[in-house]
Order: sequence, then structure tokens, then C-alpha cells
Amino acid sequence: MQEHEVQMHVNGKVVSGKVESRTHLGDFLRQSAGLTGTHLGCEHGVCGACTVIVDGDAVRSCLMLAVQADNCEVTTIEGIAEADGTLHPLQEAFRNNHALQCGFCTAGMITSLHAFLSENPNRSETEIREAISGNICRCTGYQGIVSAAMEAAEKLAKR
Amino acid sequence: MKASAFTYYKPNSLEDALGLLQNEEDAKVLAGGQSLMPMLNMRFVQPETIIDVNGIDELARISVTDKLEIGALTRQKTLAKDPTIRQHLPIMQEALTWVGHFQTQSRGTIGGSLCHLDPAAELPMVALLYDAELQVASASGIRSIPMQEWALAYMMPSISHDELLTKIIIKPWQGSHGYGFQEFARRHGDFAIAAAGCLIKIDNNIIEDIAISIGGVEDVPRRFTECEDVLRAIKYDIDDIKMQVLKPLSKINYLDDSLVTGAYRRRLLRGLLIRAVEQAAGRS
Amino acid sequence: MGVRQIGARVQRVEDEHLIRGDGKYVDDIQLPGMAYAAFLRSSMAHAKIKITDISAAKGLPGVYAVLTYDTLPSSLVSKTQLETYPAPIIKQSVCPDLLASEEVAHVGQAIAMVVASSRHIAEDACELIQVDYTALSVAVDVVEAAKPEGPLAHSHLKDNIAASIETKFGDVEAAFSECDDTLKLKFKQHRGGCHAMECRGVLGDWQQQLGELTLYSSTQCPYLVRRMVSRQLDCPESSIRVIAPDVGGGFGPKAGYYPEEALIAIATKELRRPVKWTEDRREHFTATNQQRDQIWELEVGFKKTGEITAIKGHVTHDSGAFLNYGLLLSATTLMPLPGPYKIKNLHVTLNTVYTNTVSTSPVRGAGRPNAAYAMDRVIDAVARHLSIDPADMRHINLVKNEDFPYQPGSKHRNGSMMTYDSGDYTGMLAMVKEMADYDNFRQEQKQARANGKYLGIGLACFIEDTGMGPYEGVNVRVDVTGNVIASTGAASQGQGHATVIAQVIAEELDIEINKIRVESGDTGKFPHGIGAIGSRTGVNVGLSANDASSQVKKKALKLASILLDKNEDTLELSDGAVRVRSDSNQFITLADLALQLSPAVAGKLPDGFDSAGLEAVSYLSSDYMPHSSGANIAKVEVDIVTGGIKILDYYVVHDCGRILNPMIVDGQIIGGVVHGIGNAMFEQMVYDDAGNPMTTNYGDYLLPLASEMPEIHVAHIETPSPANPMGLKGAGEGGTIPAIGAMINAIEDALTPFDAYIAQYPVTPEYILELVDSEKIAAE
Repeated sequence: MQEHEVQMHVNGKVVSGKVESRTHLGDFLRQSAGLTGTHLGCEHGVCGACTVIVDGDAVRSCLMLAVQADNCEVTTIEGIAEADGTLHPLQEAFRNNHALQCGFCTAGMITSLHAFLSENPNRSETEIREAISGNICRCTGYQGIVSAAMEAAEKLAKR
Repeated sequence: MKASAFTYYKPNSLEDALGLLQNEEDAKVLAGGQSLMPMLNMRFVQPETIIDVNGIDELARISVTDKLEIGALTRQKTLAKDPTIRQHLPIMQEALTWVGHFQTQSRGTIGGSLCHLDPAAELPMVALLYDAELQVASASGIRSIPMQEWALAYMMPSISHDELLTKIIIKPWQGSHGYGFQEFARRHGDFAIAAAGCLIKIDNNIIEDIAISIGGVEDVPRRFTECEDVLRAIKYDIDDIKMQVLKPLSKINYLDDSLVTGAYRRRLLRGLLIRAVEQAAGRS
Repeated sequence: MGVRQIGARVQRVEDEHLIRGDGKYVDDIQLPGMAYAAFLRSSMAHAKIKITDISAAKGLPGVYAVLTYDTLPSSLVSKTQLETYPAPIIKQSVCPDLLASEEVAHVGQAIAMVVASSRHIAEDACELIQVDYTALSVAVDVVEAAKPEGPLAHSHLKDNIAASIETKFGDVEAAFSECDDTLKLKFKQHRGGCHAMECRGVLGDWQQQLGELTLYSSTQCPYLVRRMVSRQLDCPESSIRVIAPDVGGGFGPKAGYYPEEALIAIATKELRRPVKWTEDRREHFTATNQQRDQIWELEVGFKKTGEITAIKGHVTHDSGAFLNYGLLLSATTLMPLPGPYKIKNLHVTLNTVYTNTVSTSPVRGAGRPNAAYAMDRVIDAVARHLSIDPADMRHINLVKNEDFPYQPGSKHRNGSMMTYDSGDYTGMLAMVKEMADYDNFRQEQKQARANGKYLGIGLACFIEDTGMGPYEGVNVRVDVTGNVIASTGAASQGQGHATVIAQVIAEELDIEINKIRVESGDTGKFPHGIGAIGSRTGVNVGLSANDASSQVKKKALKLASILLDKNEDTLELSDGAVRVRSDSNQFITLADLALQLSPAVAGKLPDGFDSAGLEAVSYLSSDYMPHSSGANIAKVEVDIVTGGIKILDYYVVHDCGRILNPMIVDGQIIGGVVHGIGNAMFEQMVYDDAGNPMTTNYGDYLLPLASEMPEIHVAHIETPSPANPMGLKGAGEGGTIPAIGAMINAIEDALTPFDAYIAQYPVTPEYILELVDSEKIAAE
């Protein structure tokens, strides 16, 4: 069994550890880094629950080996709020708009939208719906999530 | 759903990668991983070795002369935004709007799409339209494969286990022409049930040149030359074209499976093909 | 203070930790020394099996145990899963062995369990177990399986019929002889699946010194799991604590008791270390119950005026391989007939049939979406036959306001007469038509057709029996800091019950919501509970929370009256204290009152108080089942070139009585509608002839995505239920129940020029093109 020493910056902190070659990033974050806010919903790259931000890009953490994230900057849901705990506009908007019920898809929704709106917060509803079409939610019917994304986008555009 | 064990290598140069490919018996190349990783997680593939080519920077470049040279490791997200691609290959960016989701485009690569060779993959369809040239390297040298000879069989490209796809060379069409890309999937980002791409050059209402590629309907994406042949040099009349395409459409060996029948794929392709031609003509 | 809580759009108390990523789902829990389980599951749908070698698996470094049927402990009451809901009417009950002994009956049935130091190694070891399969006849098609000579799903049975049930009232034969005309309809309803985004998961932690088992399970029904594991393992309920922590959606299939729950309990006891199993998505497709394949054959009798007078027919219900959830799905299929429509004569029979597919159990709405779908398809078919507009047709047949309380003639599962307590069915129909601009749409549709565009509009009206008892208790306790702890047996999977409970308590005790902590889903925190099923929790916990906090209030006033030496009439409870109305400086806080009732301080309880603590418990429930109802409209456009369907808009008018939190109710409805749209258009669990599931990933099995969903416009009317003091009705499934019917009616309406009849769902683009006249297409 081959193991690798990896080190990455996760939510601004250095995280290092030993990983097996086959360990995907999602498992590493959850099990070795203790960041269980990233959820595994399908482990074949469709549901989007495990989405994290690696070097600025939203990626499926189940479709990337942990060893591939060596030396990368990783942001998970735990790193979305400000360091002092102030919620990010997306998080605020999710609460305001009842954009979550069971909360399992929420991390992937917020990280996806974070990356998407960081690139350009001026987005139409259709663009937002397409952007989160790679994130499955079984509870909400998406409407609250779309409203939340629109509300946050407006705030972010003013920043 | 955890992958079986493998040995992982991450070469930093093409030379190292090719050396590993030559020496490792049962190796898989890991590029963007958007197809390979699910197959690993589901244990559909259980290779002894994974060779991660993401450290080979030279494979991720786009350059342009009279031709576009696209490194195999170029990410889909890069292709979707790159101004050179926008200028010379707008159809590629249009096709990419149908490819997966932005999170998979973050890592997915053009080389990965071409090597995975899903029957419904869009990027091979674009490469087909332009008769792209694919360059593969191995420890014993470089060879070049015309796109029309790339697909050997279902998800089997013309590349051997010790070779690596390095670049895709595309010569854009010159002069006034139009492009169209039509696809139908049940949901945004799904693999196409059928897709059709078209390049068309119309002069004096005569179809001077036409290229059509189809995806999702046969074992491999391919150029629809039978159809191009009947449409080339005829008058551009969409009602006539609707009839002309019937015969070539009947020659396709449609995929027929437990989810979608061949009969449906045929009807669907016909509709999409007409729409692609109309769209291309409208832009020419 | 004094802010109205009930009926307000109060933000959820559940959200804060979830949006920060601080949720705690079963798979998030790590315990020292924890081992991981994986299952070897059957690769064949029906076969005799023989496990020939487990030595390689056992010998793999990191493997702690390999369990098979033969190596299960003999102390078990049974090595076969105990029946969850036995009933005398069940003719042949078949439950799976915890691990298959000699025969497997569906792809995915558990054969062996490996426990190892990591999930990876456990899966490695599963691959090393050798199993010989000898194929047996495979029952896949439920119609074939229902025939006496059909292939057997279990080799020890004589036929595949698990049970036959019926609903019958009025004089059907007489009504048919007196009606003007009849129609026959046949249609298939498809099963679909659960697909909570969190798969199932179980973590067992056996404490040898204490003789106690803690079982974390991603379940809707922790008390059911405790009861069943206790019975299966023959250990007292008091030694088992089941905790459902944050649960990532349930939708029905997590309401059952599964072999894995018993097996993890066994493994942690045997190995004396914590053992966790997290279902992966592929397992979810083959090991978690699915919903409802049914074939319906109906005959309808009606008058020329459109009045439907009689329905008779038969339903063939696919139970899947086992009956591990009793007949609940079958019963809830027949019980809601004839829905909101006043049809006095009805006789429908149903056979529950075993097949070699994944077992079925209720999914959002249980059998109600099927019944609602059947009725709305009947209405549209008769309307078309008589050239009556489908909206008018509904108006003619709906139960009218003056009919309440209305008894359709059907019976509850307990044998009592079904009673529709209240509602305004015709009012809702008029309202949803108005919202959707129904009449104008008909004009628009005409013009669009002339331009080769196919628009459709579809209606559905439904009722839902909700708030099923017997109870879901709530204990309300004020602690010595003045904070309130509410504990309840109700478990949540994201519905927002904690918020609603807190709202009710906050209103009654006039305290801030953030001073209330709600504890649920933990058998160690509250003695009795049932679970979140059948749109029942809001009603039951709403009533109990209200009643318990009202008792607490009384207790507080009584005690304050003694301590302040004032008559109770002169006191009021406001902002965390009992105050003298005429002198706000004279008060005693709830915290102080709680302290007085804490005997450690008081030495003895004050006179007249026979129980400790400023607390009270209530198990209040509705006198009978309140019926929610609604009217829905879907608008679609069908592309006859691709067969693609674009959903243009969706409108809901819903009545769940007095609304506790409109934000939460809307969330339930919108999510439920999208679930129904998934059933109507996307979700398809395909099995090949050999019983192999063909859609076991999210590329092939299509869940609805944001990109295809329309805006869903929701409006409410509130007719308070007379069945309970708060006027509550349930809301958890009212989105899903009518949605399939509204969607299919809309799609069929769009295809009116092709005289299409939709006989199955999901409606695939391929099926659309089959319905569309191919000659007309050729002329396109």
C-alpha cells in the first residue's frame, strides 16, 4: 500500500497528513482534516454535494485524489464565513430564503455558488439555475436556493 | 465505493511520463479525472498504476499559427473562456456549453474527452468537424493520427498503452462560413442522447462545403460523410435538405439499449441535424 | 415581547449550524477505535447461493471480521429480519435473512458483511469472498409475476401474491347499470426511489462495561429501530439508545427497519468496538426501498353531465422482493380513493405481488400520489370523452363546501369511516385557475398550435389524510437559567420541526425563540416516539408542544401565585417572568420558579405540586385525521421534434389548515412538487429481463435539476381543521401527491392534436414521440 505525505492549505490553515494513493480529496478532508462539512453524496461526480474550491475553482472532491491537492489552496464550507465567524452573504441568503432543509447538499451548493459568483456576480436566474444544475437537492425544489443565490449575487456585486 | 489500491506517479516532464508508460504494464493516465475517477471509485477499472499527467505544464498550452495547437491537458474551463478559441473556434465554446457542469469543466481536459471517447462526447465531435490531427507520443517517438481514424471502436481510441495524447491540431475553416451545434439531453449537462455539429459554407445559395459530425447515436462519434456527400454542391433549401438527409440517416447503425431505442435516436438525430444545418446556414 | 410566533415566517433554528458546515450526520461521527463495514451484495436477481470461501477475505490485513448467515450469533431471536408491520391479511410474508442464507431475491441483497480498519479495506475484502450462484426463475414484470403460472420470486412460495386487499363502498353494479356511459383506462405508475442526498448510515457503539448499545442511524423512526433491534437481538429496549442525528433527507424509505441496523448492532457487540456502515450511492440503488410500480385498470361510469357515479378496477402492486414494510404502501394506495371527488360507488381491488426487484415501501406520499394520479387521470379521460373542459369537469365532481364533514365511504386502516373534516375544494380550483390565467392560456394554446407550438395545461386536485396519531409527545421543561428544553419523540430529516416546536412554545410562554432548545431523534432523551411519516409531525408536535407549554404556564402561574401571594387572576406570564398585572415591578422569573421546583434547593416541593421541575409532557393528538387538500396546475410546452418537455410554470393552491410557519410550508410544497415532477418526467428505475438494475448512477437515473424546474407559485387558503384545537393539518407530502397528475395531464393536453393517451410515467422524450403521429412528424 503506497502512502504519500501531503500538505495543503485548507481554509487558510496548513493541513498535512499521510494518504493512500487511492484516497480521494473528499475522504481526506472529512477523515484526516476532520472537516466533515463536505459531504459525499454519490462519489461519482454527479450530485455535487462534495464540491470544494481548489485554487479558486469549484471541483468535485470525490473526483480528485487527495495526493493531487498537495500544495493546493482548498476552501471548504467551513472556510466560507469570515474568520471572526461573520456569515458570508451566501450563507446569510441561504438562511433568509429557506434555501436548505436537510442541509446535506448545502455545502456543495454554497461552495459552487461561491466560485461561480466570485468570477462574476452579475448573473441571471437562468445562469444561476444552470450553474447549480451540477448540484442535486432532493428537499427544496431549488427555488429557495435560486432566490438565495440572486440575493447574495446582488450583495456581492456591490462589494 | 472506494477505489482499489494502485501505485501513483506524478511525472513532471513528458519524457518521464513516457518512460513510466513504457515500463508500467497496467497503467491508466489520469488527466482531469472526470471520467476515470468515477470508474475508479466504482471499481469498474482497477489499474495497478495511475500516472497523473497534471504536472506536465507543456501539455496545457494553446498556441496559434495558421493552425490551433491545443495541448491535451488544456482544461475545458480554459477552452470555454479562451479568446483565441473564441476567435477561431467558436463552435468549440458552443459545444462546451453542453459538456457536464462548470465544476467538472474545472478539471476536465480536452485530451481526456478524446481518450475516454464516450459515444456522446462533444469535443470529439468538434475535432471531427475540422479533421483535427492528434499527436501522440511514446518513448519511441511521436505519431500523428487524423481524427477520422482516431476512434477504433466503442470507447477505444487509436492509442496504445505506452502512448500519451499530447496535442490536438485544428485548422480552422477559412473564409465566410457558419457553424451549428445541436444536442438533446434530458437535463442540462447530461450526456447527449443525440448531437449534431455542422460547418457550412454557402455561396450564391449553393452549399459549397459542409462538414457534419454526429454523436450519441453510434458506438463512436463520427463524421457523417454520407450526409455531407448528398448535401454538398446542392442548393440550400431547408425543405429539400429535410428530405435529402433521410437516406443517409437510414445508414446509421443506431445505438439501441435498455434506456433509449435506436428508433428514437434516429428521429431525434434527424431533427437535430436539420436544426444544426439551419443554425450553421443562418450564421454563414 | 408578545410577538406572534405561530403563522409567522420565522427563520429556522436548524440553519445556523448547517450553513456553516457544522452539521452532524451519521458518517460525520468518528469514535475512537471505530471500524468500517462494507457488504457483499448479490449480483443476481434470483439465485441459490453458496458461499464457498471467506478465508482470503478474513486473512486480508486490516480485516476484523467477515459475517455470513452461518456465522451470525445464535443468540439472535431470528436470523431473518423480523416483520415490521405484521397483519392478519398478509397471506405470505417474506422478509430477508439478515444476510442471505441459501437464496437471494434481488440484486443488492446482502450476502456477507466485512468489518475492517477502513472502508477501502472492507471493500477489498468483499471482492475476495467466493460465492457460487445457481440461477433461478426471475420475476421482473409485475403483471407476469401476478399470474398463477408466473415465474416465482421466491422458490418456496406457491405464487407471488403477498396479499389481496380492497376498498369498496356504495352499490357499484347498480351504479354502472344506471350510468349513461362508461370508459376503461389502463395505466402504469412507476416506482422511482428515495434518493435522499444522504444515503443511509448506521454506527453502532457497544459499551461492554455498561451493557449498553448506542446506535446512530440515519433514520426517520429511531423508536422503531430501537424496538426492532431490541426484539431481533433479544436485549431489553432500555439497553439500546438509538440516535438519529442530523439526517440528510428521508422521504419515506428511511422510515423502515433494515437488516444493516441489526447487523451493525451485532458487529459492534461481537467486536467490542464501534462499527460504522455508510451506504454508498450504488448500494442506495439496490438496498434501500423504492416506491411504487403499479398497474391500474379502471372502469368508470358517468352521466352525460360529467358526474362520475361509479369506479371499479384492480391494481397490481409491485412489492419488490420482500414485504419488510407490511402493507402500508398498498393500503395507502386504496384508502384515499376517490380523493376530493364525490363518487359514491367504488370497488377497487389490489394485489401485492413479489418480484425480484428492490423492495418497496412508502416514498413521499406513500400510495397517495398513486390514488390521486388515478383520480385525476379518470377526470381528464371522462372530460375528453364528453368534451367538457377538465376544470369544469373537476368542479362538477368535487366535494362542495356544504358537504363537510364529508364521508366518502372509504375506511381508515383502523376500520373507522374516513371523514374529510373541512376544506374548500371548489374555491381552491377557482383560485388556481385564476393564478394560472387558465382561460387565457386556452386562447394562447390555440394560437401556439397554429404556429406549430404545443402548449399544454394540466390540473390536479387532491386530498391528503394527515396528522395520523396516536401521538408524538413533547416535554417542555424550564431549566434554572430560564431556558426551555423541549424534547420530543419526533425525528426530523430537514423539515424544520425544531423551529415549529420552538415557535409554538415561544408563543405560549412568551419567550424568545433562541431561549428554546429542541432535542429530538434520540430515544435516550424522550421515552416514546413514532417518526416523521405521513405528514403527521407538525400536527402532533404542534398540539403536544402547545399543550405541554400551556401546562407549564399554568404551573408557573400557580407557583407564582403562592410565592407572590397573589391571586392567579392578577398574574400574567410575559417575557420570561410571571408578573403582577397591575405592578410590573412585582414579578418572579421562570428561572426562579424552576429553581423552586428543583427539590435539591427547595428541600420539598411546594404544597399542591406533585411533580418536580417546571415542566410538563403532552401526547395530544388530533381527534381524527385532518385532511389537507389542494389544487394544482402545470403548464408545459412539448417539442415534437425531440420529444423534450419544457415546464413553463407550476401553480399550487394548498390548504393545510392553520399554518404554523408559511416559509417552511412553502418549502415543503415546492420541494414536494419537484419530487412529483421527477416522478412524472425523469426518474426511472430500469430493470432488464434478468432483474439487473440498469440505472444505478446519477447519470442514468435522472433526478430533477434546477435547470429544468419551473417557478412554482404557491398560494394558501386556511380552513382550520375542526379535528384538533389548533386547526392544524399536515403539509409534508401535499406537494408531491398531485404533481404527477398535473404534469401528465398537462403533457397529454399539449398532445391533444395527436389524440394521445399517456399510459405510463415517467414520460420520456422517446415516449412522447411514440405518441405523436409519425406521419405528421414526417410532414414537418
